Amino acid sequence: MNQIPHHPQIPISLTINGTLHELEVEPWVTLLDLLRERLSLTGTKKGCDQGQCGACTVLVDGKRINSCLALAVSRDGAEITTIEGLAENGELHPLQMAFIERDAFQCGYCTPGQICSAAGLLAEGHTHSRAEIREHMSGNLCRCGAYTNIAAAVEDVLMPRIAAKEAAE
Amino acid sequence: MSVGEIAHIGRSTSRVDGRLKVTGQAHYAAEYPADDLLYGYIVGSTIATGRIASMDLDAARRFPGVVEIFTHENRGKAAWLDRSWRDEVAPPGRPFRPLQSDRILFDGQPVALIVAETFEVARDAASLVRIAYDVDAHCTELEAKRAEAYVPPKKRSGIPPPPDPRGDAEQAFQDAPVKISRDYRINAEHHNPMEMFATTCVFEGDGKLTIYDKTQGSQNAQGYVTSVFGLRSKDVRLINHYVGGAFGAGLRPQHQLFLAVMASLELERSVRVSLTRAQMFHIGYRPDNYHSVSLAADRDGRLQSIMHDAVASTSHYEDYQEAVVNWSGMMYHCDNVKLTYHLAKLDTATPCDMRAPGAAIGVTALECALDELSYELGIDPLEIRRINFASKDENTNKQFTSKALLECYSEGAAAFGWEKRSPKPRAMKEGRELIGWGVSTGMWDAFLQKAQATATLKVDGTLEVATAASDIGTGTWTILTQIGAEAFGLPLQDVQARIGDSTLPMSPVEGGSWTAASNGSAVQAACDAVKHSLFKHARKMANSPLADASFEDVEVRDRRIFRKDDPARGLSVFEVMHAAELPEITEQGKVSPNLRQMLKYISYTHSAVFAEVRVDEDLGVVRVTRVVCAAAAGKILNPKTARSQILGGVVMGIGMALHEEAMTDHRLGKIMNANLGEYHVPAHADIEDIEVIFVDEKDDKVSPLGVKGLGEIGIVGTASAVANAIFHATGVRVRDFPITIDKILNSPRPS
Repeated sequence: MNQIPHHPQIPISLTINGTLHELEVEPWVTLLDLLRERLSLTGTKKGCDQGQCGACTVLVDGKRINSCLALAVSRDGAEITTIEGLAENGELHPLQMAFIERDAFQCGYCTPGQICSAAGLLAEGHTHSRAEIREHMSGNLCRCGAYTNIAAAVEDVLMPRIAAKEAAE
Repeated sequence: MSVGEIAHIGRSTSRVDGRLKVTGQAHYAAEYPADDLLYGYIVGSTIATGRIASMDLDAARRFPGVVEIFTHENRGKAAWLDRSWRDEVAPPGRPFRPLQSDRILFDGQPVALIVAETFEVARDAASLVRIAYDVDAHCTELEAKRAEAYVPPKKRSGIPPPPDPRGDAEQAFQDAPVKISRDYRINAEHHNPMEMFATTCVFEGDGKLTIYDKTQGSQNAQGYVTSVFGLRSKDVRLINHYVGGAFGAGLRPQHQLFLAVMASLELERSVRVSLTRAQMFHIGYRPDNYHSVSLAADRDGRLQSIMHDAVASTSHYEDYQEAVVNWSGMMYHCDNVKLTYHLAKLDTATPCDMRAPGAAIGVTALECALDELSYELGIDPLEIRRINFASKDENTNKQFTSKALLECYSEGAAAFGWEKRSPKPRAMKEGRELIGWGVSTGMWDAFLQKAQATATLKVDGTLEVATAASDIGTGTWTILTQIGAEAFGLPLQDVQARIGDSTLPMSPVEGGSWTAASNGSAVQAACDAVKHSLFKHARKMANSPLADASFEDVEVRDRRIFRKDDPARGLSVFEVMHAAELPEITEQGKVSPNLRQMLKYISYTHSAVFAEVRVDEDLGVVRVTRVVCAAAAGKILNPKTARSQILGGVVMGIGMALHEEAMTDHRLGKIMNANLGEYHVPAHADIEDIEVIFVDEKDDKVSPLGVKGLGEIGIVGTASAVANAIFHATGVRVRDFPITIDKILNSPRPS
């Protein structure tokens, strides 16, 4: 990345997919552009750059956010998980496997955002049905129209967890 | 079970590119790195027509990090003749040239490109550009131009004009006992693929460019670049491995391709240019359109007259054309048909093919009108479609290579439960919700285009198949892999498909639902040629167990070539190649339409779409709670990805029915909702149950593979099925798409 004179550089540290990054960024750089253009983490997608499509969804401290609406400097110290960090030791996250199995994508461009959003949804714990999955995933647009399959994939991962939780209680 | 016993064709297979897509490792056009990459940001005009009077670029130029600003005054050299700017699918006219002159042809037209060291600098500097315009009068309203509508004098290649009238439609209409005449309007729609158009032009330094572009045709876009900039073909390689949706918007090169390459050549550096979401509304779109449909029938429901006139928008600089009304002459049997199609010029960008161009709008109008006629007749809407079944294409008098539409009707109706439908509108209700069921027929071309491929069998028995096709989410990577695996009896992981690269064997753009049939058949032909070649080498070997066999006697499977009647008698691929001293065998395959057959036959994909809506009686809110789409599309290569194609088409059809509407302030000539928040595309909450049925349809003529294609058929008929269901639910007929709440509430309620 080229340094430009007169542009202030703010030091921040971010833990991204488990790796600590000490960075200097201009205050106007969004988390999305930081990931894509400066850290080569292009799995996080830019679909509108104004918080309307959800393609840029990442997990920040475990919560799903639109990374296009977050300035990187405002997240100093945060722990960030992107699509590149969901698989562990080469083992795909259950949502990633379910998306493949259910053919829950076509072009694949909204997919990282859908999966990160679904991971956030699972953590939130307030989704219990197909109808609620649809409602709580509505911030993530899919122009290929894979919604039916996305909802099925999320349901595949969600329902056994709910059942296990109920069994434990 | 040995791998050889697994049939790959016809099997539900997960996408071979699935893992890359769910892990963020599939790279799209704006995601390729380059050393010292510069970022371009487009400044768009803020008026619809006129001239640039002056540009104040000083503040932008002084902005730290800005490298160059290109305008019409300093843009790089490019071709002079219009024909050098025409891409493979350009309609008649003069193609738009970014930064060509001070003349403004449409709102948002690129007028400057800021090139800077970072994306943020380019974007900020763009906001500092000040432009004064001499504004001319404009018109962006189709209604105002209907009186000036004209028959396009020059036809667009590949688009059949409306057929000549047959019989006497006017007289038959007069004479018929039951008739309707209705006007419909379908608002302009914008493709809005999730990935915004982007180009990364890598300046390789030795006169060569590697271009990563969002396009549906790597060779079309590469040809455009070499033609416009006068470059040698071998110096320009264009790659589109992954395309984040396109739906037709990527058929023609978009502004950012020219701008990125121009800046790269001028600055001798790598440049990336992306459109913004708002700028995605200033490129080609599904044209705004009006329809007048008149239908007449005898009392038994047999159609006596069909008249369909359509007017669609185009730009001032090109005559964009679609086959809009032609469908009305071939979907049903009718002896008296008159179809007309007109264009009207607006001060907008040229429209562009969008999923099922022509059919998506023309069939919607026809199918709504037929529904209206069925109520006039008191005949079930599905029954009237059966009554008027066309057993040949009456526009051209050709036979269909196959048409399992009646099976679509019956299997779709059974899955939907159509027989439980109450014939009267407003008769079905649950709580505050009125329930309606609607049906529509769908139809789309089954094309076979010229295409080429290579297949390469490696000494280890693995296979590579290559063709310059694209995968815009359609599943091309996967089906070509399946076809290769089927031909050689290999597991999928032993077959590598190569697509999305202009240097690969010739391919048409990915569009029209023709890729599976065309590129798929070319790959199959290449595989056959390799097998022939392998057999030739095998037979020549000393003491060959296949010495007395003919090609028809042998099979290639599991990395062996052997006699079908005695599988023990054969050779391994390795043995054959080793003996022939070959590291690999590469052969070509090609397909092209069978012109002799086309004199007599024509091919279409058909569907029957059934929709259930629930309409809140007080609020007018419509939910599409169930859709069944039964399609007859020849052989289905991969039911899993095929189903997804139909689901996607249905979802976009629901958007057409209920949501999608570009709202232009005609005083300004500007689209006021150029964003995904206000131009609503269907979201998760809008989509409930969708069932896809593929009816059995054998077709040995449509393509060597027997495949018809699926990209478009899912959208055709969906909007009309939903509209017809809304009428059935409410008794209110809205003829202006999208059918939004205000239109339902403002329509007079039936007594």
